[in-house]
Amino acid sequence: MSAMETVASPAISVQEQPGRNALSEPAMIRWLLTGVALLFLGFFLFLPLLAVFGQALEKGFSAYLAAIREPDCRAAIRLTLLVAAISVPLNLVFGVAAGWAVTKFRFPGKNLLVTLIDLPFSVSPIISGLIYVLVFGLQGWLGPWLYEHDIKIIFAVPGIILATIFVTFPFVARELIALMQAQGSDEEEAAMVLGANGFQIFWRVTFPNIRWGIIYGVILCNARAMGEFGAVSVVSGHIRGMTNTIPLHVEILYNEYNFAAAFAVASLLALLALATLAVKSLVEWKMRSPRPVRKPAQCAST
Amino acid sequence: MLSGLRKQSILPGLVPTLGYTVFYLSLIVLIPLSALVFKTAGMTLDGFINTVTAPRVMASYKVTFGAAFVAALINAVFGSLTAWVLVRYSFPGKKIIDALVDLPFALPTAVVGITLATVYSSNGWVGSYLDSFGIKIAYSPAGIVVAMVVIGMPFVIRTLQPVIEEIEKETEECAACLGANRLQTFQLVIFPMLLPSILTGFALAFARGVGEYGSVIFIAGNMPMVSEITSLLIVTKLEQYDYSGATAIALVMLIVSFVLLLAINLLQRWSRRYAEG
Repeated sequence: MSAMETVASPAISVQEQPGRNALSEPAMIRWLLTGVALLFLGFFLFLPLLAVFGQALEKGFSAYLAAIREPDCRAAIRLTLLVAAISVPLNLVFGVAAGWAVTKFRFPGKNLLVTLIDLPFSVSPIISGLIYVLVFGLQGWLGPWLYEHDIKIIFAVPGIILATIFVTFPFVARELIALMQAQGSDEEEAAMVLGANGFQIFWRVTFPNIRWGIIYGVILCNARAMGEFGAVSVVSGHIRGMTNTIPLHVEILYNEYNFAAAFAVASLLALLALATLAVKSLVEWKMRSPRPVRKPAQCAST
Repeated sequence: MLSGLRKQSILPGLVPTLGYTVFYLSLIVLIPLSALVFKTAGMTLDGFINTVTAPRVMASYKVTFGAAFVAALINAVFGSLTAWVLVRYSFPGKKIIDALVDLPFALPTAVVGITLATVYSSNGWVGSYLDSFGIKIAYSPAGIVVAMVVIGMPFVIRTLQPVIEEIEKETEECAACLGANRLQTFQLVIFPMLLPSILTGFALAFARGVGEYGSVIFIAGNMPMVSEITSLLIVTKLEQYDYSGATAIALVMLIVSFVLLLAINLLQRWSRRYAEG
């Protein structure tokens, strides 16, 4: 919309003198730049995306279904869902707690805390996996103790969950910190003065204000949790049907030159990515549109 | 001490929320990360230096940082151009294309890797065409650059879009009134305003490229000394149970990413000052 305005509105003053448009580029340049941008996106983004589905369906739809229904693949899907179902809620609870602590109070070291919360985003995925091997692996800090008590974390499901929590750690927190910072705490303080207790303030005042932010953080967190490859591959041990998540299963199929099956399974993740972007766009649109003003009648009825 | 702090806000819940935040942060992030430092501290200094400067490791730095630099440069140029087009011009399907720019954030890196390797291999859609010109992308360092361009792309575009949106029309009108033509306005007025953000986007894309693993290993060919990235070398050492070697190289990469993080923070502060001033 803003682009339309900037292109259209100067036309009032300038279009009368063709060739002397000082506020936008000549049409030729505009077309050229648009073409270059679309080629850039096309070669690096759209073509690869199309290729996922093209390759997945190369051997027909029944081969596609067979690849997805195969037991190892189903085990991978189950494990991925389990990992996301544990790591996303944990990071959600953390995100809400961190958002509340950081935005409602002042305390020394707050900036450092916010920086540390963002830290996992700048750690490479391989290192994210490696650090858990160093703590829980056989040669790690807790390794010998865990071995004695027959608890397996590395090359087992707990390790995968821990590595996933690490790489998705900041998603909800950073979203909520930014949102709650912008909203301030006037409404919460008003509720406090009116006699609400902490939980009432959170559920009745804060939560309705931040629910779109929560959804936004959660879907991005979930997409990463289900798609993480590097960190998980370090701690997983790649045991087929046991510790393989969907991305790891894709890798195994691909390295076995079973390309159609690899892309069939990959297309599930691509669909997840597209669904994530669709929800993300919807939430962005919801968050941008002004909050509906409640009419008195509605207030009375609730 | 905490009760003194609590008085600054009438709202309840500082101790439980801050306590849980610090506890969870320590448990998941700080303690495991410190393991990396403590494990390396167990090495002798000579051993550490020998490990992280071995020829194969040095070659992997060259490949990783070189490819990340070229990819970030490509992104800085074409990403800025794309951001400009997406903000200023209108064309059919713009909204969907704009939403899809985030795809590399949402698409798992393994999927990016196998699909790029397929598209850019010598019998793929793009690769076969380039092959007839004698250009080889997949299974060469150029393939690493392609993968890093894709995963770094949204960083430049998404950093620049809001900045371009915020440029006030008056600024450009002013320049035009003072007699500048469009090229001069762009060179002398718009570009200087965008430069801090372009550099921020460049640094973000570079940092992401340096740490990338999943998308690169499928397309790189992974030849030691030629197209082996540092992340893969860490994994290789781990698989050979060379834990101290893997840890030492990982520590080097961790320090590099912290330095980059610091640089990015400084750049962002600079661009914010530009926006306010």
